[in-house]
Amino acid sequence: MDVASAKMLGAGIAMIALAGVGIGMGTIFGSLVTSVARNPASRDRVFGLAILGFALTEAVALYALVIAFIILFV
Amino acid sequence: MAAEGSNSIDALGQFQLHTSLGLLGDSVHFTQSNLMMVVAGLLVLLFLYMGMKPRAMVPGRLQAAAEMGYETILSMCTETIGGHEGRKFFPFVFTLFFFILFGNLLGVFPLFFTFTSHIMVTLALSLLVFVLVTVVGLKEHGLHWFSYFVPQGIPKALAPLMVAIEFISYLSRIISLSVRLFANMMAGHVMLEVFGSFIVMLGGLGLLGYFPAALSLGVNTLLIGFELLVATLQAYVFAILTCIYLHDAVHLH
Repeated sequence: MDVASAKMLGAGIAMIALAGVGIGMGTIFGSLVTSVARNPASRDRVFGLAILGFALTEAVALYALVIAFIILFV
Repeated sequence: MAAEGSNSIDALGQFQLHTSLGLLGDSVHFTQSNLMMVVAGLLVLLFLYMGMKPRAMVPGRLQAAAEMGYETILSMCTETIGGHEGRKFFPFVFTLFFFILFGNLLGVFPLFFTFTSHIMVTLALSLLVFVLVTVVGLKEHGLHWFSYFVPQGIPKALAPLMVAIEFISYLSRIISLSVRLFANMMAGHVMLEVFGSFIVMLGGLGLLGYFPAALSLGVNTLLIGFELLVATLQAYVFAILTCIYLHDAVHLH
């Protein structure tokens, strides 16, 4: 296998991290729905926390993306 | 920009730095990134000045926005760091938040450049936060601050391992804080670039390509809206993590 195709494969494999991110985001918004359903009054406060958690989880996906870019272009 | 006559997408070319302001900028290597930092700083000042000038009892839009920004950051500081210390660090967090926010938002407009899409800029910002947090911790607690690295209530045998882990996680704040902001801004602009290139490529195909080209134009429009959300959210996340780290430094856990 030459280096160019190995790089392509490596970048693809790096994206497996997205599986974990998907689970994490599902957990965050699933919990948001559960907690709002139990206590609708807490919606504003819980929504802010969920968005913070979303941003932190999304960052993990972007770390993987950066690694893929480093493999491909650097 | 899609390269002429080829089908490759040059996704990272948009982050290339070049000097601005003509000969003067050339001689001191004043890049467009630096220019945008100056623009962002001036825009923050202008925003706050114009927002605070009316001092109306019933605020207009700009005044309401400025007051909302002030109150959001103030409550974030006092709730996260704690009442007295929160007020002490409020100006720093406020400056940091608005500098990053305007830097992120500038990138959404054409002809502007996102300086936060360069890791050097975000790394410098997160190093500033890191050094400040460490200095504040040492100043508040002296050498007792090092007990931060020893979690309470662990078995004696585990202590060396835990100290090592805590120390590494403390140092990795620099990387996580800077890479989070940088990666979010860079990934957003790369996505815009890729879909923009799709429009050009598909449009070149003729009648068959017009529908998918219009589709990717729609995606690009949605992405711009998403970018606005991400720009605000990441500035907020940077500010609130700074607050959390300052809380740790002031209160030790």
